[in-house]
Amino acid sequence: MVEENALFFHAVRLGDDALVLGQRLSAWCGHAPMLELDLALANIGLDLLGQAALFLGLAGEVEDKGRDTDALAFHRDALDFRNCLLVEQPNGDFAQTIARQFLFSNWQELLMREIAAAPEPRLAAIGQKALKEIAYHARFANEWVVRLGDGTDESRERMIAGLEWMWRFVDELFDPKDGAPSHRADWDSRVARVLAEAGLEQPKPRRGVLGGRAGHHSEHLGHLLSELQFLPRAYPGAVW
Amino acid sequence: MIVHKNNLSPPRRRGPGTRNRPGSALALERTGERSQELDSRLRGNDNLVVDREESQRGVFEILSCVPDPEIPCVSVVDLGIVREVRENTLFITPTYSGCPATIAIAQDIRKALDEAGLTHMKIETMLSPPWTTDWISDEGREKLRAYGIAPPPKGAARHSLREEAAQCPRCGSLHTEEISRFGSTPCKSLNRCLDCSEPFDRFKCH
Repeated sequence: MVEENALFFHAVRLGDDALVLGQRLSAWCGHAPMLELDLALANIGLDLLGQAALFLGLAGEVEDKGRDTDALAFHRDALDFRNCLLVEQPNGDFAQTIARQFLFSNWQELLMREIAAAPEPRLAAIGQKALKEIAYHARFANEWVVRLGDGTDESRERMIAGLEWMWRFVDELFDPKDGAPSHRADWDSRVARVLAEAGLEQPKPRRGVLGGRAGHHSEHLGHLLSELQFLPRAYPGAVW
Repeated sequence: MIVHKNNLSPPRRRGPGTRNRPGSALALERTGERSQELDSRLRGNDNLVVDREESQRGVFEILSCVPDPEIPCVSVVDLGIVREVRENTLFITPTYSGCPATIAIAQDIRKALDEAGLTHMKIETMLSPPWTTDWISDEGREKLRAYGIAPPPKGAARHSLREEAAQCPRCGSLHTEEISRFGSTPCKSLNRCLDCSEPFDRFKCH
């Protein structure tokens, strides 16, 4: 029972991270700086929404109270969401979005390697599938951090500002209290390598903001959910 | 092997008169014939135990006529989406977790099975092992090329992030460049031929 409860929350955390970031990225569709980026951000968002559906589907199955993916995605309120605060941060400009993706995808890839090898077979199956997709996301974000950081004065300034905004949400990713795995050293060296190539300094350490995993979210999540959840709540049972 | 329940799995009961509504008279006649033939082959008349491989072959044959909704030049069998048949269950696998065609594919497969009289066959989604472009058949690769999409090199999925230059499906040149790793669908990247200037899609190694 306890184990199943732990698996439920684990799957919900993974699903909520992917759902919220997938929703954030979807907002770039039609607005990205150029067509190729529009395609890229929409595709990454789509991968994440797909992963969210799989993880939340598993959570519902483990919980066994008749809640499916849709029930978990559309009929929980902000307090019940267990995503990290990083993913709910606003898109800002393109550099801020890239900063968020850079920090997240590198973390998610390392995490997913562990999940792909997890003893729980259903979790591992989703992890193996997701891992192949995340490798693309991390590479995309890394390349853009370098391009913006090592680009014009303006792109560099914006990249620095984006990283400054997002950096305080990194500690939460590695909070041992939430069962987050201890791959901090790997993550640090990956991120440092990319920043060095981009000619950027790592933002100064600061007190990390925590709380997302306990349901204590920023105001941004409520606004995001109001868009995400509007239709199924306004028109219960609506189908295409 | 991991199996997730698919919403479309239970055979749908159709209301009276709905079964034969869509399609031309010719199509109906054909599916009718097929239905009887396959029904006897797959259900095993006279208590005959149907050989699993044969039943799988029969189902794959039916589904080789179901095109991928986004790349209609290839069938769901060519792409390796249709995995196997075990008893009365057909296992399919999504290409990408978020591939929007997944639902349409499952619906199209359901329709093809129903029309072939296999209403009793369930469809389930199998995630593990994860789909790879190595499962695209040789025939499928040829069809992609003819359609103007550079197919992924066979057996290259392990090196999916270090791809060699794509071959231009128009002039065959290897002098090409990748414009964007993310293309019109999750499974394709956007490329350009530096010799004949043709922009083209490439099926990404995955």
